[in-house]
Amino acid sequence: MRWATRAGVHIDRAACAWLIRRHLDPGAEFVFVSDSSAVPADATPFDMRGVELGHHGGDCTFETILRRYELTDPVLWKLAEIVHEADIDDERFDAPEAPGLDAVLRGLSMVCDDETVLDLTGPLFDGLHEYLRRGLLLDRPPA
Amino acid sequence: MASGPPAVNRTGQLGRWVLLAYRIPREPSRPRIAVWRKLERLGVGRLGDGLVALPADARTREQLDWIAEEIGEAGGSASVWLATPGTAAQEREIAQAMRAARAAEYEVVIAEAADAAATGDAEQARAVRRLRAELRRIGRRDFFPPPQRDTARAAVQALALAAAAADAASTAPAREPA
Repeated sequence: MRWATRAGVHIDRAACAWLIRRHLDPGAEFVFVSDSSAVPADATPFDMRGVELGHHGGDCTFETILRRYELTDPVLWKLAEIVHEADIDDERFDAPEAPGLDAVLRGLSMVCDDETVLDLTGPLFDGLHEYLRRGLLLDRPPA
Repeated sequence: MASGPPAVNRTGQLGRWVLLAYRIPREPSRPRIAVWRKLERLGVGRLGDGLVALPADARTREQLDWIAEEIGEAGGSASVWLATPGTAAQEREIAQAMRAARAAEYEVVIAEAADAAATGDAEQARAVRRLRAELRRIGRRDFFPPPQRDTARAAVQALALAAAAADAASTAPAREPA
């Protein structure tokens, strides 16, 4: 399937692309557009204004996708809190990881194209997911 | 320099602004107030009724885009524009208003740091955590830093050092043999 999002990906779009590849569509192909009118007809748009998979009711797009596709894994929802704070920064959640992740993604998007950002952040979100999974199992920060 | 011409913002893009033009129903008041709070949190410059501005960069453009979406969902209408001011004087005026708003926020931090310096150790440490978080919040919407920024940072750092020194002094004797 093809998925389309805005060019110049930041935390929410990078995390959503990871979520889509790992949990919804292993063969996902991503298209980056600079205007919503450029979304191909066969692509599902996400993290853009005026689309279903965007920010809604205070949720970031990562949270919207979790709700829309009924992904209830608590580890993903823990990750969603970090993505939410790194993206929206409204202090709805206590996510001390968020400012660091925001800085790393901002910097990456300054030196890499969108494809490369997704390639690099795939293993990063794999690792963060595993870290959070072990933390939930142990009920304390894992090491 | 903070006292010099304010036109250059920290994005390095001279005079490029993102504007949000919006109308939102007066009732219900909840979404209208939520939008107002979000705009305040972003530190927008107010150009008129229903027209706000931020220096344009990837972050500010996206932030105003999502607020525009939220306004639409609340039954209002909103559009986002990229713009340059017609004159440098106009830009200086709005930048000056934004800088003054941040300066007032830093003044509060400076005053609270001074108050905390006169309190006990535990209270000082708590104040340091709270004021550092507040400095981060103000810093994110500080596009035209006023001189009060450095004063506020120095005041909180001095408080942190005082709290750390008091902490060391209170725990050091316990580690010494009697």
